[in-house]
Amino acid sequence: MAKKLIDLVQTKFADAVVHSHSRLGNDTIVLHREHLVSVMEFLRDDPATKMNFLRDITAVDYHHRVPRFDVVYVLYSMEHKHMLIVRVQLNEEDIDIPSVSQLWGCAGWLEREVYDMYGMNFTNHPDLRRVLLYEEFEGHPLRKDYATQASQPRVELLKPERDSVEEFFHYVKDKDQATGSRAAE
Amino acid sequence: MGLEYSVPENVVITTRLDEVVNWARKNSLFQYPFVTACCGMEYMATASARYDMARFGAEIPRFSPRQADVMWVVGTVNHKLAPYLKRIYEQIAEPKWVISFGVCASTGGFYDNYATVQGIDKIIPVDVYIPGCPPRPEQVLDGLVKLQEKIELEPWRKYAYEEKKRSRDQAAGPDENPLFQRVK
Repeated sequence: MAKKLIDLVQTKFADAVVHSHSRLGNDTIVLHREHLVSVMEFLRDDPATKMNFLRDITAVDYHHRVPRFDVVYVLYSMEHKHMLIVRVQLNEEDIDIPSVSQLWGCAGWLEREVYDMYGMNFTNHPDLRRVLLYEEFEGHPLRKDYATQASQPRVELLKPERDSVEEFFHYVKDKDQATGSRAAE
Repeated sequence: MGLEYSVPENVVITTRLDEVVNWARKNSLFQYPFVTACCGMEYMATASARYDMARFGAEIPRFSPRQADVMWVVGTVNHKLAPYLKRIYEQIAEPKWVISFGVCASTGGFYDNYATVQGIDKIIPVDVYIPGCPPRPEQVLDGLVKLQEKIELEPWRKYAYEEKKRSRDQAAGPDENPLFQRVK
């Protein structure tokens, strides 16, 4: 079974697949961004695949790789009991990606979380807002260049959160102290 | 307690007013539990029959801040939640006390990151810190008794408005006056 799903997609959408692998038993295909929605719709509706359950959407920030981001879709079929991971690679300058919220209802929530944490711009999303963090938060904290301790308080603090600036900059290896972003090493 | 039979009838006892007021305050602490995380289970264990917080007069949790004396901040407080914690604290009528329950509320715990407030004393003043992840009920009761000892020794008019206003007017700067820090 291991290669069956990958072969099916590769024969049907030959120019959509960048590459594919089955590392650690996880069947994975990497797609071009333009073909994402059509391939996902095929995977959901085709009787051989029947991916009727979108388990998760998440993203990975590889930071020094080009392209920098991966958006990861984990698909599962309740009927055939098989799983497929779909990835789309995105450059840092162009983080638009088509939304799949019209295919799975839960995708709208998951895409909002990815937008919140990584800043992906899901086009055609009905309501792309932050879902976990507050509205006035600036930046996207799960990106590797966001300093882990750079908090953004909503109320006036009685005293500083950390004892010393040195303690803070111990974690921030950057000369740009205003943004607190981590330097490229 | 047998006290009724060891003193004669129609007896008059003289004492100091501040001792009576503080005695009454420390033995009838109405609680407001601000429970956000797993420490809440230990809080419930402490409040229920085996450990029985009611023995120390902290009998009833009131789920309205306007009816409470002591606020238990139980669990992690993040920056998204911080304005609501501050507002609830401001809604409690004076006199009021705050107990920080567990390391997350006291220092942020192991959540040393952008999302978590590094101790609720960065937002509101705290009277007693109870360490532990989570603290055992014995520790919680110890913290409650520590708060009672603190109340017992406080000047009883400390929380009156006139007192605060007077000490605020007399103070050279807000940094030198702990009472001003409290209302600020």
